[in-house]
Amino acid sequence: MEILAVLIPVSLGLGALGLGAFVWALKGRQYEDPKGDAERILSGDWDEHPKP
Amino acid sequence: MSDATLHDARLSACPACDAVPLAQRVAGSKPAPADIILSLPTIHCATCISDVERALMGHAGVREARVNLTLRRVNVDAPGLTADELIPVVEATGYEAHELDPAALSASAADRQGRDILMRIGVSGFAMMNIMILSVAVWSGAEDATRDLFHFISGAIALPTIAFAGQPFFSSAARALRAGRLGMDVPISLALILASAISVYETLHSGHHAYFDAAVMLCFFLLVGRYLDYRTRAAARSAAEELTALEVPRAFRVTESGEEPVAVSDLCPGDLVRVRPGARVPADGEVVEGMSEIDRSLLTGESLPVAAQPGLALSTGEVNLTGPLLLRVTAAGRDSSLARLTALVSAAETARGKYTSLAERASRLYSPMVHLMALISFCGWYWASGDIRLAVNIAAAVLIITCPCALGLAVPAVVTTASGRLFRRGLLIKDGTALERLAEVDVVAFDKTGTLTLGVPQLVDLDCIAERDRPIALGLARASSHPLAQALAQALAAAGVRPAELQDLREIPGQGMTAMNGAQVVRLGRAEWLGASHGEATLSATWLQSGHSDPSRIEFSDRPRPGVEQAVAQILASGRRVLLLSGDAEPVVRDLARRLGISEWHAGMTPTEKSQVISDLSGQGHRVLMVGDGLNDTAALSAAHVSLSPASALDAARVASDMVMLGSDFGPVSDALDLARAARRRITENFAISILYNIVAVPIAIAGFATPLMAALAMSLSSISVTLNALRLR
Repeated sequence: MEILAVLIPVSLGLGALGLGAFVWALKGRQYEDPKGDAERILSGDWDEHPKP
Repeated sequence: MSDATLHDARLSACPACDAVPLAQRVAGSKPAPADIILSLPTIHCATCISDVERALMGHAGVREARVNLTLRRVNVDAPGLTADELIPVVEATGYEAHELDPAALSASAADRQGRDILMRIGVSGFAMMNIMILSVAVWSGAEDATRDLFHFISGAIALPTIAFAGQPFFSSAARALRAGRLGMDVPISLALILASAISVYETLHSGHHAYFDAAVMLCFFLLVGRYLDYRTRAAARSAAEELTALEVPRAFRVTESGEEPVAVSDLCPGDLVRVRPGARVPADGEVVEGMSEIDRSLLTGESLPVAAQPGLALSTGEVNLTGPLLLRVTAAGRDSSLARLTALVSAAETARGKYTSLAERASRLYSPMVHLMALISFCGWYWASGDIRLAVNIAAAVLIITCPCALGLAVPAVVTTASGRLFRRGLLIKDGTALERLAEVDVVAFDKTGTLTLGVPQLVDLDCIAERDRPIALGLARASSHPLAQALAQALAAAGVRPAELQDLREIPGQGMTAMNGAQVVRLGRAEWLGASHGEATLSATWLQSGHSDPSRIEFSDRPRPGVEQAVAQILASGRRVLLLSGDAEPVVRDLARRLGISEWHAGMTPTEKSQVISDLSGQGHRVLMVGDGLNDTAALSAAHVSLSPASALDAARVASDMVMLGSDFGPVSDALDLARAARRRITENFAISILYNIVAVPIAIAGFATPLMAALAMSLSSISVTLNALRLR
């Protein structure tokens, strides 16, 4: 049962990581234009060079 | 004139939405800096995004351009540039663009609220999943120290989560209690707090059951319901705001140094204003100079234009048709007739009394019942066993297991699905209860001009113009922007007529066109001007005279909107009564009523008479849907049980109505009636599901058999089943 001492913090840590990513995405306004973002990945505009 | 150009003229011309900037000035808020927002109604794909962005970025002075495809808008950061310079740039790439008034868009505040709920959903979702993992171990038989450890960790996750994610419920419950009511949120908050408190107590005393998982799950599902509810309202609000923002209020003030564009809210009585042909009158005033014709159809329902000359008083929102006019402002902004009427309508709306939705009525019953049941089980168990811990435990289980998912989740889910579907068909629902009210409608009342008809004239019969006169008529008509001339030119061009070569072509504002055809004077215009007798002045008509022959009459009729015939037929077939209430003259109304098969019609109605008819019907117990677009309909719109106006309607009418039809097609109206009934059926079904669920679950909880596992299972099951049932509407 000692393995629990490792597994529980690890699972909680991974969950917290996911939550952190969600909070970051939300604060970064990544849910503002879901339709546009879905289309933007299809455009080759900034493929060769990064957006200035 | 095509529908599109007329629509554009209305939208780009400045109407009387002057109350908006004024109110903002009073509130002290400033519009967004240097940002220009353009509406792009036709963009839909990745190529559109790059085309528009590349074109704008290539224009000198543009610092940043970002398309938002979800909202179909582009935000341009271009200091020193105006929208008028950028619109041609976008239109050169082949996409339609309209300027939006950033002051009328309050998207940021709404965004924050949506992000706030999303954040709470995310946090409670994370907590729910983690606690579930730990709970599975407890349910599958973890004992003693292990169980206590798991409960302890669950509590450490759950307590902060509930404190954060439950805030919307706690604050709303506190508000309800302060107001002396038992809202939906009171039992929810009580369940959350009681469940947390008991779980903490049990954990500390190494009890067998802790309800952390159930409490967090309750939080999660109800927040999802809140979010759906918010999304529906946000979609409706942003579309309504966009309609208002499309009308950038600007007027041209004439000063000694020339003409300057000013915001309509800056106009003062005594100012001189230039009103160009095709523009709306920005403020109430008196004509000082110029001759023209005025379209009053939106205000009075009259389909015939009125001649304007110095001395005529004009009201805000009327459309100037042929010649430029100089206007002396008598009342502007909040004092204008239109703004006063808008204020009256909002006063009437608050007086109308709030409609209580199905969910509200259900929660009025539900809330006291849940509390009573929990109290009874607490008293009963305390009396039977004398164990206060057991009694509190069971009371909490009852509160949790009676999860109000049908009320908190199912109704928003049904309304979101239904209004989303109607939105895609071009019908915008401004108020969530409008759908429920629409389901009860048994009488539908229509306005005529601009509602059933497009308000665009169409030539009745080409044969009323002699064969040899047709090229002359086309030559004269195509040079004028008057709607009748445009309609005539369109009909003649479509018939393959070639325009005659005319010399010395002139437009006499307010009268008509004149030109020389060789040595002959040819004229097209008003009857009085050509010396013709008016006859029965019912249909819109213009007169053509070549040389000294008698003028000949050319008649026009207003074209019905696409889909009107089928929509009216469907509504009649569904057993509802249909009425036509118009401010227009009798023969025109009779003709349209006959064509559409409407047997009950009233012509020449004043705004008061219209709203009287609606009130009388309501008094007889009928539920009336009023469809109208003009200022003369606003009173009737606010008197009706539920109301609808087309997007081309005046701001005042759109404010007064519960639903707005975005396109010009009338088809969605009868669909909406059917869908509203279907949605209402779904909502009742969901109530039935939840009652059934409660009948099974509550006795188990009261009997003391409800473990946290059962609470979690039962609650998810009921939440998921009502949501799936709501999605069946699609």
